[in-house]
Amino acid sequence: MIDMQLMALLLTPLLGGLLLALFGSRKWAAELNSLMSGGTFVASVALTVRVVESGPQVAFNEQFFIDQFNVFLVALTAFVAFTTSLFSRPYMRVEQDHGKLSTPRLHLYYSMYQMFTLSMLVALTTNNMGIIWVAMEAATLTTVLLVSLYRTPASLEAAWKYFILCGVGIALALFGTILLYFAAERVLGQGGTALLWTHLNQVKVDLEPTVLKLAFVFLLVGYGTKIGLVPLHSWLPDAHAEGPTPVSAVLSGLLLNVALCAVMRSKVLVDGSLGTHFAGNLMMGFGLLSVVVAALFLSRQKDIKRMFAYSSIEHMGLITFAFGMGGPVATFAGMLHMTMHSLTKSAIFFAVGHAAQKAGTQQMEDIRGMLQISPTVGWGLMLGTLAILGIPPFGVFASEFLLITTAMHDYPWTTPILLMALGIAFAAIFGKVQPIVFGETTASRLPHPPALIPVFTHLLLVLILGLYMPPYLANWYRQAAALLG
Amino acid sequence: MMAMDQTLGILFQLCQSLLVVMLAPLLMGWVGQCRAWLQNRSGPGLLQPYRSLRKLFHKDAVLAHNASPLFRATPYILFGCMWLAAAIIPIIAVDLPFSPAADVIALVGVFALARVFISLAAMDIGTAFGSLGARREMLVSFLAEPALLMVFFTSSLISHSTQLPHIVDTFAHHEFVLYPSLAFAGLAFVIVLLAENARIPVDNPSTHLELTMVHEAMILEYSARHLALVEWASSLKLLAYISIGIALFLPHGIAEVGNWGALPLAIAALLTKLALAGAGLALLETFLAKMRIFRVPEFLGTAFLLAVLGLLIHFLLGA
Amino acid sequence: MPIPFTTQIINLLASVLLLIAFAMLSQRRILSLINLFAWQGLVLAVSTFVVAYSTAQHHLYYSAALTLLLKVLILPWLLHRLIRKLNVKWDVETLINIPATMLVGIALVIFAFNLAAPISQLSESITRGLIGIALASVLLSLLMMLTRRKAVPQVVGFLAMENGLFFAATSATHGMPLVVELGIALDVLVGTFIFGIFFFQLRETFDSLDITHMEKLRDD
Repeated sequence: MIDMQLMALLLTPLLGGLLLALFGSRKWAAELNSLMSGGTFVASVALTVRVVESGPQVAFNEQFFIDQFNVFLVALTAFVAFTTSLFSRPYMRVEQDHGKLSTPRLHLYYSMYQMFTLSMLVALTTNNMGIIWVAMEAATLTTVLLVSLYRTPASLEAAWKYFILCGVGIALALFGTILLYFAAERVLGQGGTALLWTHLNQVKVDLEPTVLKLAFVFLLVGYGTKIGLVPLHSWLPDAHAEGPTPVSAVLSGLLLNVALCAVMRSKVLVDGSLGTHFAGNLMMGFGLLSVVVAALFLSRQKDIKRMFAYSSIEHMGLITFAFGMGGPVATFAGMLHMTMHSLTKSAIFFAVGHAAQKAGTQQMEDIRGMLQISPTVGWGLMLGTLAILGIPPFGVFASEFLLITTAMHDYPWTTPILLMALGIAFAAIFGKVQPIVFGETTASRLPHPPALIPVFTHLLLVLILGLYMPPYLANWYRQAAALLG
Repeated sequence: MMAMDQTLGILFQLCQSLLVVMLAPLLMGWVGQCRAWLQNRSGPGLLQPYRSLRKLFHKDAVLAHNASPLFRATPYILFGCMWLAAAIIPIIAVDLPFSPAADVIALVGVFALARVFISLAAMDIGTAFGSLGARREMLVSFLAEPALLMVFFTSSLISHSTQLPHIVDTFAHHEFVLYPSLAFAGLAFVIVLLAENARIPVDNPSTHLELTMVHEAMILEYSARHLALVEWASSLKLLAYISIGIALFLPHGIAEVGNWGALPLAIAALLTKLALAGAGLALLETFLAKMRIFRVPEFLGTAFLLAVLGLLIHFLLGA
Repeated sequence: MPIPFTTQIINLLASVLLLIAFAMLSQRRILSLINLFAWQGLVLAVSTFVVAYSTAQHHLYYSAALTLLLKVLILPWLLHRLIRKLNVKWDVETLINIPATMLVGIALVIFAFNLAAPISQLSESITRGLIGIALASVLLSLLMMLTRRKAVPQVVGFLAMENGLFFAATSATHGMPLVVELGIALDVLVGTFIFGIFFFQLRETFDSLDITHMEKLRDD
């Protein structure tokens, strides 16, 4: 039964990728894309319900493993991928009408979009630490051509940087995986089981600590490049700013989470083996550094997508920090923040995409008075910005509040740093978004209506979760946090 | 019995000392002959170096007016150093009376001593070529010597001794093991050998082209018996280097001291190895082109790199 | 205890791998660089084969064959084709300072060996030092990527890094599960294709494969 559900989850995007590889140039390709993403979302919901009800399970000869933690990410990924596909349908049409994209490039976009979803879902659900690596690399490979979709010099540069940096990073992660296998092989013996996370988790106390320590450093640096942790982040703003907006949305809202999931899997093993807080401390350090550096960089940005990319680095830093602290409350806060950030940030990118499309530029100085051009886009952007800045009653406030109170309790010295960074980020982003929304514009109203259902759906969810957390969800998150320790 | 052993040892030592001093010009002749063959020339014959030496010894020496005693003494010092070096390296038997002196670091010192004198002598007259040659020689050896020391360290680490006889003993009388570190050291040693003996691609021993010469520039002012001694010393140096190479990397077949029966075999093995090494040298010189002097640091840098790598690999792999 | 002969051979091949990594670091010409890469692949394949033979693990024979096919035949062939089509066959990288690079390289090797030393001490398996060598060649390839200013050598460095990793996977740990190895190989192959597509896009846009053109995006 679980096998079937998992198969449905993975085969839908695969089928979608194949179909779109064949028919991506047809008129109805965008609809097919949304349909397949919708199907994936339905499959993920079915899987989620099952796992939340009956606990962690393995599938397909133990090659896949689903527990409350990764099924949460599966659901989130499938949901955001679905709404992004809804958003990209009208958005890409406009880009095509503006002559920025041709049909063959859209063809590439649609098929790669599905393959990207597939590789992320595989990375999330696999039980094999080696396959996580393969899927993460595949996620890079499928998105690199999407970042350079516009073929402008800047987008090519961004894609090249993304490819090389993430390639190098992920190569280091492979070395970490090899070291992990090296340690596991002595305990579990040769062959297939030595990389299976469930088996590793059972014997983690017997694994050689020196090797695991080194392995974790490599894994953190490697997957950390993908998370966008400072100082390995330099690809992230470029790729987000130069790629098409739907790609920025899924990169920021999903790929970073998936990379973090891989790090979490390793952290559980390593700290379990060492019996210390080595991995957690490293993650806290990287997380804190990312929060501070990203906050400082925010005020210097001129490009709107670039600015929100730095905001993503900041929030990924927060989440990494929360997971690094460990303990049920901090992990709960991290997961909640992951959810809120994914929903909010993708909503912001949708709104920003429309705003930039209307203004014809991504330079913030030239985008003014969105409320006059299109009130819905303007309000979407404003509300999204308020949400990501942690204004109550949005859910980001709840998760950040939880996170900071935990930090105050466990690591009091970090609290002023975090608060200061959040304050700086608030001033920088709000100061820049405010004139964009409320300023005076010279541009005329746009002929085509924006596709804002995804934006407001996301923001509504964030609002609801900020006001009221359903017991089902709270229970689910608590279980997942307990699993991660 | 002790006395008997000692006499035998001294006999062996004497035998080797004479052998090297007589053999060195022959090696030069052999290398020249091989090069000639490889270049499709008929060549001057194996004995040409002896004939040149005889000719030079029969001539009257000419000295510059301002030559100091140092200039006159240098050929003898040079010859003495090289002969000493070539005589103590264990090439036919392991445990010779002088062999405690054959410490690899001491050998580097002996070569350095000779180099100091020849460079001083080259600058002594004050001609432009002399100082140019001396400067270049210093540049080359400044880069080659660390590499050579690294090579020695690698083999010393494996055999736990800097005594050449002890190293030879370790390698020659144990079962064959592939040492990657030694392979690296061997490559480095070949490069150092080419550089230190003024061979192509660092220097060309058979030309007096003023812009490229190094060694020849230093000895331009020498004539007759002085020149003969310098040339002979050069051939001894080549022999010494090749012997060190053989001792470090291919010592198999060497005789124990006092074992007269093994001696012919050891000498035959030595001659074969020398002939092969000479032919190999000629082959290298034919294939390589003389490089610009400014490329030499890169070339010797490679040697240093290889030697250091060998050392590091020894530490990591223990082999 | 005498070391078995196969181990000696693997150690030797490991050293050669490291040597080739250094040679690539100092090689200025693109064509020779690709040939060196193919040689490195060959060394890798042979060492995998020897490990397979000495540990009697059959799946490693497949790995060796895969390496031979992919890294010695297909990838170099692809790269040769690419540089012929892009007309950069005789390109020479002039900017690298070889002695300084070499010194940094030696420092990296020492660093890698130091990192790996505790691991090799606790391992009683026949190939105890190999993790260090693999790590060193990975870092050297990384250094090579950093020092290059042209796209093709950077990519060769990237692939060479993958070689070092593959060496760690096959020789030091006696092979990852085959499914993982196949996945890695597939990723590398697809990656190379994408790099190829990139080269053409880059040349179309910038008229050269010099990545110094691509330093516009930065935070001021």
